[in-house]
Amino acid sequence: MKIGVCAKITPDADARIKVAADGQGVVLDGVKFGISDYDEYAIEEAIRTKEKHGGEIVSFTVGDSSADKQLRSGALALGVDRSVLVTDSAADPLGIAKLLAAAIAKESPELVFTGKSTIDDQNFQVGTMIAELLGWAHVTQVTALEIEGSAFKATRNMDAGVRQVVSGTLPAVISCEDGLNTVRYAKLPDIMKAKKKPLDSVSGVADTGAARSAVGNLAPPPERPAGRIIEGDAVTASKELVRLLRDEAKVI
Amino acid sequence: MSGILVVAEHADGTFKSTAAELLGKATELASALGTTVSAAVLGDAPAASLGGFGASKVYQASGGFVPHDSGATVDALAAILRAADPDIVLAPASFEMRDTLPRLTARFDSAMASDCMALRIDGGKLVGRRPMYAGRIEADVTLSARPAFASVRGNSFPKPDSNGSSAEVVAVSWEATTPTTKVIEVLKPETRGIDLATADKVVAGGRSLKSKESFDSLIRTLGDAMGAGVGASRAATDAGYADHSEQVGQTGQTVSPNLYIAVGISGAIQHLAGMRSSKVIVAINKDPEAPIFQYATYGIVADLFEVVPALTDAFKSA
Ligand SMILES: Cc1cc2nc3c(=O)[nH]c(=O)nc-3n(C[C@H](O)[C@H](O)[C@H](O)COP(=O)(O)OP(=O)(O)OC[C@H]3O[C@@H](n4cnc5c(N)ncnc54)[C@H](O)[C@@H]3O)c2cc1C
Ligand SMILES: Nc1ncnc2c1ncn2[C@@H]1O[C@H](COP(=O)(O)O)[C@@H](O)[C@H]1O
Repeated sequence: MKIGVCAKITPDADARIKVAADGQGVVLDGVKFGISDYDEYAIEEAIRTKEKHGGEIVSFTVGDSSADKQLRSGALALGVDRSVLVTDSAADPLGIAKLLAAAIAKESPELVFTGKSTIDDQNFQVGTMIAELLGWAHVTQVTALEIEGSAFKATRNMDAGVRQVVSGTLPAVISCEDGLNTVRYAKLPDIMKAKKKPLDSVSGVADTGAARSAVGNLAPPPERPAGRIIEGDAVTASKELVRLLRDEAKVI
Repeated sequence: MSGILVVAEHADGTFKSTAAELLGKATELASALGTTVSAAVLGDAPAASLGGFGASKVYQASGGFVPHDSGATVDALAAILRAADPDIVLAPASFEMRDTLPRLTARFDSAMASDCMALRIDGGKLVGRRPMYAGRIEADVTLSARPAFASVRGNSFPKPDSNGSSAEVVAVSWEATTPTTKVIEVLKPETRGIDLATADKVVAGGRSLKSKESFDSLIRTLGDAMGAGVGASRAATDAGYADHSEQVGQTGQTVSPNLYIAVGISGAIQHLAGMRSSKVIVAINKDPEAPIFQYATYGIVADLFEVVPALTDAFKSA
């Protein structure tokens, strides 16, 4: 089975992100980059699927040439066979989806894994858009997956803690949620081998059209008023806290 | 045609609070644009009653509609969008809409702003303010295509009262075209009374509770004394101290209560992403350096096993 996986290179989850002076972007100097957290689950699930069913794994990234490093250590070293790096830029999520869908269509995998969302833009959009553009089924926020032939069964997270088990037929886009699997780490020999695995940079893969949306006016969230530590033993502090919640904050 | 269309979600025929919140906001935006408000309802629910919140027309897809089926939701909403032809579509930022709106956005070659906390009109265009980087940055997304899609977090706008008016209901028929999945099982969490997502008060416990027994006897007992919903960190749900449905954070529920009490929770970025917009945050943690204190309105630096029983008593006698 040919398996596709989408992987975006993003700042690490705990990286210090500063807003640019003009408020129109972020400053990423000195920030560490890696594969977006939920895309790590997508890569892991692709590897587990190949281990069970055989086949080949191709990863797809829209990014600049610096993505090379993270793709080798975070995708190829783990078990992805080949990486496709699309260096075209897109102005909005649908533009990114159009680039990825075009690159995926060229490889025609039977199944594509994405993250449920990126950890930088966190749009929750691109995976489902790819499914629409390819005319495939999609399942979002998947926490368990079984595949048999061209049939699959997936468990997905729904509102209010409900989980739903759905069945469907490949091809499909599966968006991966935390809890689906536990990711593995690359061993040194695999990191060496990954240096020789194919990583193809491509461009001009699709016409993404004019920008349909624009991001601006970035700022940290409104600052919270400085907090107060309540002193005293457990009983005194608890009584004081309840008093403050009632008389000062007026939330009880 | 034009105007603003609100997707009104309901649970077994009872509209969720987001329906009135979004219709109230849509009415305000529509008067700025000089246009009208309509609503979309999937399946059986008292559609006409949405007139009380400002909808002049309600497009209702029923007849063969399968609730929570993602392909059916996409196809039914697509049919409504073709009938209503709106400039703007507002929907709750629910998991269900997360699953379907982007697919519609692609189908209509348009644009979407996800998880908005505020909306405004600028130069005739819809602008949504939304979180990025786990809520550490907020940004405006200006939508220039139509229909412009925005999903909006619950509790972002006040919930207006109904004025009792009735809306005209337009039945919309639809056809299944999206390759879809079939729902074979729905796994519901044990009901615990208070819905976290809309709770006014939440008390949450972390890894430091050490066992399900102490989570129950400390956190749930405090929750009962306060009339609060109970939440947990991932470390606590992973360890089985609390149910997965109670997880708060990037992976779990996003909550925005008036009062959030974090007990023995360090304040990891992924946890903060789900609760940082709470009005008042209380942190109880024995480590004065725990990141959660940077967000806390009130903090108690102490052993939770001593403080929580005392706090439960203090709430009971308050
Ligand atoms: C992709 C991804 C998604 C994630 N999604 C979520 C999510 O949705 N929600 C979430 O919560 N996490 C999530 N996490 C995990 C997150 O990074 C943290 O690991 C987790 O939140 C830590 O939980 P905790 O605060 O209970 O545990 P810890 O970080 O271990 O903190 C325990 C705290 O308890 C304090 N403590 C210990 N004993 C006592 C005592 N006796 N009295 C008082 N205080 C005490 C300690 O000082 C410490 O601050 C996610 C991680 C990833 C990678
Ligand atoms: N630039 C990109 N390159 C590769 N995959 C991407 C990119 N942007 C988004 N994706 C995929 O789409 C998912 C959802 O992204 P988003 O809509 O930004 O939250 C991500 O988890 C990735 O799997």
